[in-house]
Amino acid sequence: MKKFALAGNPNCGKTTLFNLLTGSTAYVGNWPGVTVDKREGTYKGGEEKVDIVDLPGIYSLSPYTPEEIVSRNYILDEKPDCVINIVDATNLERNLYLTTQLMEIDVPVIIALNMMDAVEKSGDKIDAKALEQKTGLPVVAISALKGAGIKELMDRAIKLSKEGRKGETLLKNSPIAHLIRDVAIALEGQKVENPLFHAVKLSEMDEIEAGMHPELVETVDKFKATFTDETFGTDFEAIVADARYKYISANYSSVVEKKNTEERVLSKSDKADRVLTHRIWGIPIFLVILLGIFHLTFSENLLFLNGFTDAQGWMPTLEELGMDTGNAGVTLLACFYDGAVFSPGVMITNLWNWIIGWIGTLLELCCANAAPWVGSFVVDGIWGGLSAVLGFLPQILVLFLFFSILEDSGYMARVAFILDRIFRKFGLSGRAFMPMIMGFGCSLPAMINTRTLADEQERTATVRVIPFFSCGAKLPILTAVAGAIVASFGVGNADLITYGMYVLGIVTAIVCVLIMRSTTMRGDVPPFIMELPTYHRPLFKGLMIHLWDKTKHFVKKAFTIIFASTIIIWFLSSFSWEWRFLLEEVEGNMVNLQTEQSILGSIGMLIQPLFTPLGFGSQLGANGWVFAVAALTGLVAKENVIATFGTLAAAVAGSYIATEEGITEVVAMIGATGITIPALISFIAFNMLTIPCFAACATAKAELPKGKFKWTLLFWVCTSYIVSSMIYLIGSWWWTAFVFAAAIAAVVVTIVLWNKKRPALKKAAAERKAEQIAELAVSDDEKEEK
Amino acid sequence: MVKQLSDFAVGERGKVKTVTGEGKIRRRLFDMGVTPGADVLLKKKAPLGDPLEITIRGYELTLRQSEAACVTMEADK
Repeated sequence: MKKFALAGNPNCGKTTLFNLLTGSTAYVGNWPGVTVDKREGTYKGGEEKVDIVDLPGIYSLSPYTPEEIVSRNYILDEKPDCVINIVDATNLERNLYLTTQLMEIDVPVIIALNMMDAVEKSGDKIDAKALEQKTGLPVVAISALKGAGIKELMDRAIKLSKEGRKGETLLKNSPIAHLIRDVAIALEGQKVENPLFHAVKLSEMDEIEAGMHPELVETVDKFKATFTDETFGTDFEAIVADARYKYISANYSSVVEKKNTEERVLSKSDKADRVLTHRIWGIPIFLVILLGIFHLTFSENLLFLNGFTDAQGWMPTLEELGMDTGNAGVTLLACFYDGAVFSPGVMITNLWNWIIGWIGTLLELCCANAAPWVGSFVVDGIWGGLSAVLGFLPQILVLFLFFSILEDSGYMARVAFILDRIFRKFGLSGRAFMPMIMGFGCSLPAMINTRTLADEQERTATVRVIPFFSCGAKLPILTAVAGAIVASFGVGNADLITYGMYVLGIVTAIVCVLIMRSTTMRGDVPPFIMELPTYHRPLFKGLMIHLWDKTKHFVKKAFTIIFASTIIIWFLSSFSWEWRFLLEEVEGNMVNLQTEQSILGSIGMLIQPLFTPLGFGSQLGANGWVFAVAALTGLVAKENVIATFGTLAAAVAGSYIATEEGITEVVAMIGATGITIPALISFIAFNMLTIPCFAACATAKAELPKGKFKWTLLFWVCTSYIVSSMIYLIGSWWWTAFVFAAAIAAVVVTIVLWNKKRPALKKAAAERKAEQIAELAVSDDEKEEK
Repeated sequence: MVKQLSDFAVGERGKVKTVTGEGKIRRRLFDMGVTPGADVLLKKKAPLGDPLEITIRGYELTLRQSEAACVTMEADK
């Protein structure tokens, strides 16, 4: 089967075209070695089937970002039969810059001139025929959005792929043309494939190329010695880039017929941008949008219709209205309204869980006659695990739908623009905002989103702190424990405690990034040179594609890793070391009243002393292991913690008391263990900051550079342990605050002093090395003289 | 008048003269079209004064003050 590659700038409609060409046949893999998505699919609309490979969006074939290296290696090594270069007609100059590099490779290239409708709408005209003559490459005008011109594009591409093509360069008239020619001839003599492409890159002294052909570097250096250019000196990289753009503006700009530019200085996009990135209002508007998104996703009091505080509440609950809360119709109604109107996110979640609940009931009926352990395996193990994971799906979908809207409309790039100044203070760029905020939904897609960050250190730092942005699965732990604190001790406000924990997570993330950037990850702040796309109204189809792109990782991992780990937890907590099934029926529910005998329970008891500095270890006495076990299950998957609470509370209390919110269970455990408030807060902080879940670990391992994962695990364990013990100790004995303050001050001073000294040390080392080299050079000269 | 892009005021126009800076940043600037001769308009500054937004080759590009300091400009009058 023939193979075609799609190449083009980011934001040029590549994904849309890819989906159009391949329909539902697409599948996503990973490029070997680097973490960039590779999409493949089949085009079936032509005379023969064609494999389509979607290359990552790139501006150039330079060797600096993983995307560029992947694309370049793919075209050079995998030798596709044709490269379809998608060019955004609304931004011809910059898009053609990539084209001028692609055409130097010995591969058929066809230009798909996309977004022609937008050009016509703005009143400009582009002559596709003239462009074809100028470039020497076939040009087909298409509209990926409307599906126009696709058949023609593919027919011509298939025809083209049969002919083959020799690379051509437009640097023929540039000052370094004969250097390129000489190097190309030398490479051809060595039987190197794509000699022209390599020759151009070698002339630019491209890092990868220089490493591949060290013997030719000398040729370039020799030429350099004889060469001077008025403007650029011997900076060949600049000469090449300049020559490309000069050629483009001189030749290709003539194919564009622009309407009087002064007339449309203020487009709709400009007007929107004036408001959204306003000097004063830009940041407040952004905060309001962000709050709005979280409100619409998580709030149980839509638009504060029921007042801002409990005292202002005026809407009656369904029970107060005299409805039978056991009635199926009423439970359905309760998905939308119960004492307050819910936000869309909560409504969808409730509705989804309502359906899941019914399926669970049905399953229970089906398994009524089976052996107890079989019934429990199906209902608690398999279905319990699946529903716990799937229960988060609606909220993730709603949250990510909003993020996709922000992204597709072009606003997300502006958010990076607005926030860069703040993020730079922590050694990151504004682009790190997007993956971090996605962490509030689910860490998996958030970690994968870090691929948009160009700098490796920035990527590593971001992946490490993403779990601190408390995800959907951690929220139930926070609300359950916060609710139990209020119920048991009668102090505080549950919402305030939950909110405080979110803030704690963000603060920890900031502090950790600061520490990393000033110790293990020193280095310059990553560059921030980024295109700000024009604002678009998001299109439904595009939104769905992006939403699926974000959610699919969660769904995939939910059905594999998370699912498997919940079954393992079920097994470990239901069986003893002697393979005895421990669950028994209490009031119609399968409950384990001897959890301490289960495999999990015994492990919990073993590690219980470890949690003593955190407040939920040995000091809790005989029943204290329950918190250790809950934390342990949380390492596997956070949604297990609440379920474990149910099991453990039953074991402690001796009867079935599991509720949906988990508050009653925690209250029972507080009563049985005598755990204090600081210890409870420390417990939720530990769960929030420690190893996120097996699925997130697997994702982090895949996304991080080789060898960094084990340090990341250690980082998570240490951070959670230190922060939680600080909370417990300071909360229990206030004077320990001074001890911690002194310790922190000592660490900060050491880091600052060390970093001040480092440049001096480095400079001294560099000077020493330079001296050595100079000495060697001198001795070489002496030898020659002899 | 010759000055750095980072010294431009909002609304000021000019032509790129030279681009300096460390390899990665310079290459990125080239790839994004910041090459000698290109027309640049400093469109706005971010709410906190940094980064900058420029119009170049018909599209919007954002870069930091520190990166703009690598670009020497011939300012239009």
